[in-house]
Amino acid sequence: MATIADATFAEPLPARRKLAYRHPLSRRINHWMNVITVLLLLGTGLNIFNAHPALYWGLYGSEHDTPVLAMTGQDGKGTLKIGSHSLNTTGLFGWSGGEARGFPGWATVPSFRDLAAARNWHLFLAWVLILNGLAYYLFGLWNRHLRTDILPSATDLSPGNLVHDLADHAKLKFPKGRDSNRYHILQKLAYASLAFVFLPGMVITGLSLSPGADAVLPGIVDLLGGRQSARTLHFVFMSLTVGFIVVHVLAVLLAGFANQMRSMITGWWAFDDDGVDPGVPTTLAARIEG
Amino acid sequence: MSALKLTRRGLVLGGGGLLLASCDRITSAPSTTDFLRRNAEAATYGWQRLIQGNGALAREYTLADLSPVFKANGSTDPQDDDYLDHVDENFENWTLKVDGLVARPMQWSLAQLRALPARTQITRHDCVEGWSAIGQWTGPQLGGLLRETGLKPNARYIVFHCADTLDGEPAKGGDQSAGRYYESVDLVDAFHPQTILAHAMNGKPLTVAHGAPLRLRVERQLGYKHAKYVMRIEAVDRLDRLGMGKGGYWEDRGYEWYAGI
Repeated sequence: MATIADATFAEPLPARRKLAYRHPLSRRINHWMNVITVLLLLGTGLNIFNAHPALYWGLYGSEHDTPVLAMTGQDGKGTLKIGSHSLNTTGLFGWSGGEARGFPGWATVPSFRDLAAARNWHLFLAWVLILNGLAYYLFGLWNRHLRTDILPSATDLSPGNLVHDLADHAKLKFPKGRDSNRYHILQKLAYASLAFVFLPGMVITGLSLSPGADAVLPGIVDLLGGRQSARTLHFVFMSLTVGFIVVHVLAVLLAGFANQMRSMITGWWAFDDDGVDPGVPTTLAARIEG
Repeated sequence: MSALKLTRRGLVLGGGGLLLASCDRITSAPSTTDFLRRNAEAATYGWQRLIQGNGALAREYTLADLSPVFKANGSTDPQDDDYLDHVDENFENWTLKVDGLVARPMQWSLAQLRALPARTQITRHDCVEGWSAIGQWTGPQLGGLLRETGLKPNARYIVFHCADTLDGEPAKGGDQSAGRYYESVDLVDAFHPQTILAHAMNGKPLTVAHGAPLRLRVERQLGYKHAKYVMRIEAVDRLDRLGMGKGGYWEDRGYEWYAGI
């Protein structure tokens, strides 16, 4: 005979809010160090760029050669030239704050033109970025985070899964329940791009600009197409990194800002335990409480 | 908790802007930048010298790679009286003096320097501002001159005293104060085979814009190390008694003494 109690048991258990230990202390420190380091590298890098706001392709390039990108300012008008195209960018690129300058003051560190101070910061922070990155790789190998959570699996990369995850993101539908205790393919690709392509690309193209390093490993500069090409690629990797930051911050805001921030500050990620195990290995729920 | 969230939100969204825009006093304070430069420079210098050994050569190019126009930067037309006299006399009474902590102080006329065995090299000049130009340079190796004068055992740096007074460079911003140009290198770079005193560029005598009659080429470092209008070379044991004490005109205005990066 059916009872009320039986009917209750027949329904799925009500979801229970639990906490998963997602980010160990090392990763949280790596993350926030990177936030400060990358933002300051960006600001000081744009200040350095402003000393010669033009990019070239090839072995050499100066004001006597043809740039692939240039920011010029004259008589209150700023112009961004890309190849043979010119854009009026007054107030943003080429002219801002009443003077000819590449990037505007709000984007550079310091806000005024100071190549020496910008270089002092940039070359110091480059070392911090390298050491922080090495720590991230070592901890990530040690606790299997890189292999388990970041490296995409064959299943992840199947077209069906890619389309499915793209559709979910387009609908702003983010993983719920136990399924939120792992990274999905677009998230994996985004983090892998930053950790293994964009930031290493910044370091390699940055080192290629060093005449001292060039004397030891000229092959790298040749491979990049010459020193001025390397400088242009340094700018390209910077743009890709900025693109990552924009997408990452947007995703954090959309996917539950408070929970995302808690997990990167305290380590703990809150989820509703729906009892549905996705059956995929993860290190993002090493311990569960609640 | 909500106060905490606001703080964190501020950290991510507003904090970036705050850091980027309104901390000029912190980011450009000499006490801060000196600390950053000292540490980063020590790390860069140590690592580069370690992997370079003493002999790694800067990349050399071919005549086909020459920049059509080699940009002249810094002083391009010095107005110092002594220098203008030398220009008027076509450098006939100009001499290069080598003294300081050397065993035998010596001097060379321009004709004597041109008669010395010379090295010709086509190299890339990387300005600290970001641009590059490729040029061909000819002149005697600095190491050869220093072997003739000999060095006292306590000599640690080679200083280049120049004829020009530079009053900053607007593109660089920062400290634009005027001063007599000078530069210095360590003994590793002084005796490096590509470190030459160039009296010719692209097969012609050096022009005033590029440092006539003699400029230093120290190919594994940035452009500001390549002192133009060299008048006197001095071997010293320390740099803090020259200029403002940092070893060069731009170094005194906040730039790295080791400009290998």
